Amino acid sequence: MNRNRRRQLGNQLARALVYVMALIALVPLSLVLVYTVANGLPAITHVEFFTNVERPVGIPGAGIAHAFLGTVLLVGLASLMAIPVGIVSGIQLVEYGTGRVGDAVRLACDVMVGIPSIAIGLFAYALLVAPFHHFSGLSGSVALAVLMLPIVVRTTEGAVSLVPGALREAGLALGLPRWRVALQLVLPAAVPGVVTGALLAVARAAGETAPLLFTAFGNRFLSGNPTGPLSALPLIVFNDALTPYPDLVQTAWGAALVLIMVTLLVNVASRVALRRQISLAARL
Amino acid sequence: MAVAQQADLRGPSTRPADSFRTWTTVVSLAAPLLLIALVVVVGSSALPAIRHFGVGFLTSRTWNPVKDQFGALPFIYGTLMTSFLALAIALPVGIGVAIFLAEQGAARVRGAIGVGVELLAAIPSVVYGIWGLYVLAPWLLVHLSRPLSDRLGTIPVFAGPARQTNVLIASIVLAVMVLPTLSAISRDVIRAVPGGMREASVALGATWWETTWKVVLPAARAGIFGATILALGRALGETIAVTMVIGNRVEITPSLLAPAYTLASVIANEFREATGTLYSASLIELGLVLMLVTLTVNILALLLVRSISREARV
Repeated sequence: MNRNRRRQLGNQLARALVYVMALIALVPLSLVLVYTVANGLPAITHVEFFTNVERPVGIPGAGIAHAFLGTVLLVGLASLMAIPVGIVSGIQLVEYGTGRVGDAVRLACDVMVGIPSIAIGLFAYALLVAPFHHFSGLSGSVALAVLMLPIVVRTTEGAVSLVPGALREAGLALGLPRWRVALQLVLPAAVPGVVTGALLAVARAAGETAPLLFTAFGNRFLSGNPTGPLSALPLIVFNDALTPYPDLVQTAWGAALVLIMVTLLVNVASRVALRRQISLAARL
Repeated sequence: MAVAQQADLRGPSTRPADSFRTWTTVVSLAAPLLLIALVVVVGSSALPAIRHFGVGFLTSRTWNPVKDQFGALPFIYGTLMTSFLALAIALPVGIGVAIFLAEQGAARVRGAIGVGVELLAAIPSVVYGIWGLYVLAPWLLVHLSRPLSDRLGTIPVFAGPARQTNVLIASIVLAVMVLPTLSAISRDVIRAVPGGMREASVALGATWWETTWKVVLPAARAGIFGATILALGRALGETIAVTMVIGNRVEITPSLLAPAYTLASVIANEFREATGTLYSASLIELGLVLMLVTLTVNILALLLVRSISREARV
């Protein structure tokens, strides 16, 4: 009896411990969110923060318009490179990916997700900065695209494979060629899932600093020219946070808040898209 | 005759399908080719340093850009130290979360905590960095680092003077960052343990915890190990957040309260200002070392996790 009570007690204790662990996991998330909002809010309540560019230390009215434009350009160009290739690769993996080539592509993608982003930055530097002797937004975009590609491939594969086989069989039974079945029947049924993957990749790329340090490099001025250096939100946070000037640190917190809002928003949007995919797959 | 007829029948109808197959396959080769290109390009850019220093690069403790003497050991040490400490911190919490997500709690609570942990992975590294630098570091200095060095300073691991940016805080930030990887994969592995095993254990009179501890977790052991290695890969390569809180000092000390330096953060800090072929090639070689280590770690982890999910399917 005594022994049983001890076992029951141990059980309750362990149960409580598991709950505590789950709550501990939420502590850092809430702390990061609370402090970023609290420290960033004073910066972003000024309209100039979004319309002005960097100013010398001590002169009020500094903004992050150049970094915002830079991030949009960098991530946009990277998306143009990575998303189409990723979607086609994902379709290939579902339609024909049972052999060795498919295995190689899957393994390569899974491994690439884990490669340190700073190493991808070195790659883009060696490929596109060193030969031309100047930093460029384009090289930053290439680095981000390398980062995005495996995410898009694997999520597209997942979304396309969720589409019921009956749809594919129906198309083939009507005599449609494989490419029309894949592109005009299966892919449309997987659009929300593909969008999920693309959004996740965009969110990841928008928040990356390391691959941009010596590719896009950063720029004090408003520039929309991807063949020259471009600024980016994460670069502003990194560079300004490490300065001893309160003004710049304030700008860094503001940029961090904008960055966190953008990435969380895109992340939530991807979740909504994923839910639509699941309900769509259930209806088919 | 029959063969020829078959070939005739197959010929025209499959040709368009074949070309679709060919071009999608060619496009999908982009990922493996990029992976190879990554290793080759970074490797060849590091060649000047590899030729100049040889294997001694990995064991040398000097890092002196002025005299063009470069060695990787302090950075390798800092990287391993922070990563393993981060895993030691994250592992109990990660497995606790995984157990919770796999079998405890109401569905709604589980959903909320699951989303919360996944959002941890969505927060950009640089935001962890600025938070670690301005919020966590000052707090930890007063409430953890200084008391530790005051009371336990005689133990080399806690030797003072305690600094605001040090190995310990870098490891804590890293632990938070690898938590989503750890708990998501462990959750899937724990879920994959056949229900019959749980039922058999409960039918024998075991409590929920005895079932979890003695039946479910041992069955999921290999998968959790795979998840841990995958998280290790993430921790090794994490750059920006660590750079902002580790203190960036080229030194090998056993103390967790002293600043250190990692492979990734020295590249992030010094590569832009690296003048001279040998200096930048040495930094690229550090990147190469980092990349090869994470590649190996990741492939190992993937093979482990895959073999388990295959077993679970059978």
